[in-house]
Amino acid sequence: MDTIVPSGQVVEPATAASADDYTARRMFGTRAPRIEDPALLRGEGRYLDDIRMPDPLHAAFLRSPHAHARVVRIDLAAARALPGVVAVFDADAIARELTSLRMPLGFPSATLQKDITPWVLSCTEVAFVGEAMVMVVAQSRAIAEDALALIEVDFEPLPVVHDCHQALDDAAPVVRSDAASNIAERLQVGFGEVDAAFAAAPHVFTESLFVHRGAAHPMEGRGVLARYDAVEDAITIWTSTQMAHEVMHSIAAMLGMDQHNVRVVAPDVGGGFGCKYLTYPEEVAIPAVARCLGRPVKWVEDRAEHFVSAIHERDQYWDVDIAVDARGTILGVRGRLLHDQGAYTPQGINLPYNAATSVTGPYRVPAYRMDVIICQTNKTPVIPVRGAGYPQAAFVMERMLDRVARELAIDRAELRARNLIPVEKMPYDKGLTNRAGVRSIVDSGDYARTQAEALARIDYAGFPARQREARARGRYLGLGLANAVKATSRGPFESAVIRVSPQGRIDLYTGALAMGQGLATALAQIAAEQLDVPLDMIHVTCGDTGRVSLGMGGFASRQTVMAGSSVHLAAVEVRNKALRVGEQLLGVPLEGLRLRDGRVEVVSAPGRFVTIGDIARKLKGAPGYSLPPGITPGLEATGLFQTNSQAHANACHACEVEVDPGTGAVRLLRYVAVHDSGRLVNPTMAEGQIHGGVVHGIGNALFEKMGYDDEAQPVTGTFADYLLPTSTEVPDIEVVFIETASPTNPIGVKGIGEAGTIPVAPAIVSAIENALSPWNVHLAEAPVSPVRLLELIDASAAA
Amino acid sequence: MSQHASMREITLHVNGEARTCTVADRSNLADFLRHDLQLTGTHVGCEHGVCGACTVLVDGRSVRGCLMLAVQADGCSVETVESLAAGTQGAAGLGPLQQAFRDRHALQCGYCTPGILMSLTELLRDDPAPDEQAVRLVLSGHLCRCTGYQNIVAAALQAASKPAGDA
Repeated sequence: MDTIVPSGQVVEPATAASADDYTARRMFGTRAPRIEDPALLRGEGRYLDDIRMPDPLHAAFLRSPHAHARVVRIDLAAARALPGVVAVFDADAIARELTSLRMPLGFPSATLQKDITPWVLSCTEVAFVGEAMVMVVAQSRAIAEDALALIEVDFEPLPVVHDCHQALDDAAPVVRSDAASNIAERLQVGFGEVDAAFAAAPHVFTESLFVHRGAAHPMEGRGVLARYDAVEDAITIWTSTQMAHEVMHSIAAMLGMDQHNVRVVAPDVGGGFGCKYLTYPEEVAIPAVARCLGRPVKWVEDRAEHFVSAIHERDQYWDVDIAVDARGTILGVRGRLLHDQGAYTPQGINLPYNAATSVTGPYRVPAYRMDVIICQTNKTPVIPVRGAGYPQAAFVMERMLDRVARELAIDRAELRARNLIPVEKMPYDKGLTNRAGVRSIVDSGDYARTQAEALARIDYAGFPARQREARARGRYLGLGLANAVKATSRGPFESAVIRVSPQGRIDLYTGALAMGQGLATALAQIAAEQLDVPLDMIHVTCGDTGRVSLGMGGFASRQTVMAGSSVHLAAVEVRNKALRVGEQLLGVPLEGLRLRDGRVEVVSAPGRFVTIGDIARKLKGAPGYSLPPGITPGLEATGLFQTNSQAHANACHACEVEVDPGTGAVRLLRYVAVHDSGRLVNPTMAEGQIHGGVVHGIGNALFEKMGYDDEAQPVTGTFADYLLPTSTEVPDIEVVFIETASPTNPIGVKGIGEAGTIPVAPAIVSAIENALSPWNVHLAEAPVSPVRLLELIDASAAA
Repeated sequence: MSQHASMREITLHVNGEARTCTVADRSNLADFLRHDLQLTGTHVGCEHGVCGACTVLVDGRSVRGCLMLAVQADGCSVETVESLAAGTQGAAGLGPLQQAFRDRHALQCGYCTPGILMSLTELLRDDPAPDEQAVRLVLSGHLCRCTGYQNIVAAALQAASKPAGDA
């Protein structure tokens, strides 16, 4: 690394600056305007449904209206007879096109219940509302939907598992007839002498908490387009995904093709937030049918489908004990987590595993044990949404600390400060292993300083006076705070290829996947830092399996670290190679040369230069002519940064709310988010990640509830009843960065995409509880609606 | 159950250009713009009139493209996001509001952005100097999952502070 950012530098929020004013030469760490923006702003983005394909067919899926039912009879005759319908596939018909009717498990597991993944199309039994049963292919989407209405199905409704607690009842029905039990898996995580710690503890406090997170809800739903080429026996699939390479491997396996003949391309992706990090049944069905019919086939999910057939996170019930000494020092934490997995397990147990292993977060906890029961219910399957279990874990830990503070009459911030991992203990061994099998080591960060910065920004010291003054006027203010840490940058690797063409064009290919974060800009900045070119000289292609053979994609706040490091390694190699060739072509020693604006030039005589295009032309070879001595062919390099350790991003959030005890309305007055995500590639984009992450957390704290009734029928199927935060509910988020370079990677960065979401619900709920302290209301759940707050106020008043 | 939807001829202006088209009378305006006219800048996010991604201007007023039938636009003037950079100079080729969005990092995935640009275009025509509250009220008709809205507010206020055409 040739630049060093002082550890712990505080980056102030953006000041007004036009993108046109941007002239800085340094790229890494600057507020460069995004290279993605002009096309998107002109309406020239190319999302899945924008791809123009001659003569495509359109698919629509018949989905189960029952949470659990046996399929007695399906009559497809009328649908098949509708003019414009080309083909109708039920499970038997699609099975003939596939190596398996059952989807592969995303993350392999030896311990998980067998035969637990979804079907491409269900055949004799349906297990959740929204499960795909029949696929119609027609000349238009409208005709395909008309045909769905002509399909006659006789269902025999079966008893329903609608909730985790019910799932564990001995008398409960079983979620699917092929399931051995409603328990997908039990696991225990922990470390230390838990029972001894509790036996000797001066104080033990117990809470039962409920944490619900809804669905991801990117504004663009899912969508798939497939085109089969019979001459080549090759298929191209465009899909709105976070993981092009894994989708490619899944499709190749399910269609019985070799990866050589399967190309998956992610076009512009209109947000992901976790729900697109999965190979879905539709992503297998569409290419299978395109191959069968020899015609391009497209399916674009509508929002009604997204509500029930794209994954959720949903319910977790936690029963937790905390043991502390008289000063509030944590001695141990133990408990049980019931996790609602839904009707199938498409990916694995990563969400409950993450939740159970991240409870202790930024705190020193000498003994910890969590028993996890993964419950199956007749609801939409579950995989991680932005935050991936960490928000639930943070909610649990921070609520426990607020309880301790209240019981022992210790200031909430002081109690946390006493228990945060001290900076001198970094790197800190959390006592757990991650799923790569390596020790979970917190690499760096100054947690006490992060909290102190948040307290200073929110004027924590001045709050009691503000609260008293407001109460005197009949207004109820509350302040809340919460800390968080996120293990980012999951391995094992990410790919980057940088290639310079004889025309001087610089291409950057990566298996990382852009879904709106500005990944292309960030990677271009990292490359440009080494190659010393303007960003618009670098052409970034993400998520095209035809361009780069390996890739993992976008999950776990990993891409800036993993792909960024790979880009850095490749760019350094290209840069050094260009200079070494320039040395020979110009006859000037290395120390007298520099790479700038696509040229290797003589420092003392900038008019003497050779362009990178010239160098690339030299290195592409000419028949029989030698390359410069000691130089390998091609001006290109591949970076495959590989690691199993994780860069830990941390945060402290503090917020001030006003609660109207007459209506239960909560107004967010101020929101401060102090973050350490290591060195920042682009502070403006980093702030944007925190803004969006915090507002996602506000949704989880106050609004977003994927509701079901006792028959597991969804009761929130539109954006009119499932509430996402809108502009009038959210305050400006005051973002402050502390930059502690991570030692885990060559560019010192840490992930950022999920960090903003994690501490939000506990911070807001703490603030609400603080505002309602005259009523002694205690909150052990999220989200909290106005109606729920009124219930709790009334119950407290009556007690 | 309609077997084959009936078709109807309509004439309208789209981004200043006169168009005569035969459309299915059940086709909504957003689908018509996207699939019949290939103006795919207008996006569809919920198809039930809440998210605002499909917002276009019809005779100068913001309309949910998913809640209006194409045949209802017969005789109307429709403006879409594709019109906003018309006549602009500069390498990026952006209108003042679009430029403000880029300057202020007011978009991430960009899917909701075209609809928001159209609603704000209407706002800035009605009120060239709106305050933050007015901007937030207009934005509350749109869902954005990426940005948390604050940079969109800042972009709208930046665009409002500049005279039209001064990108």
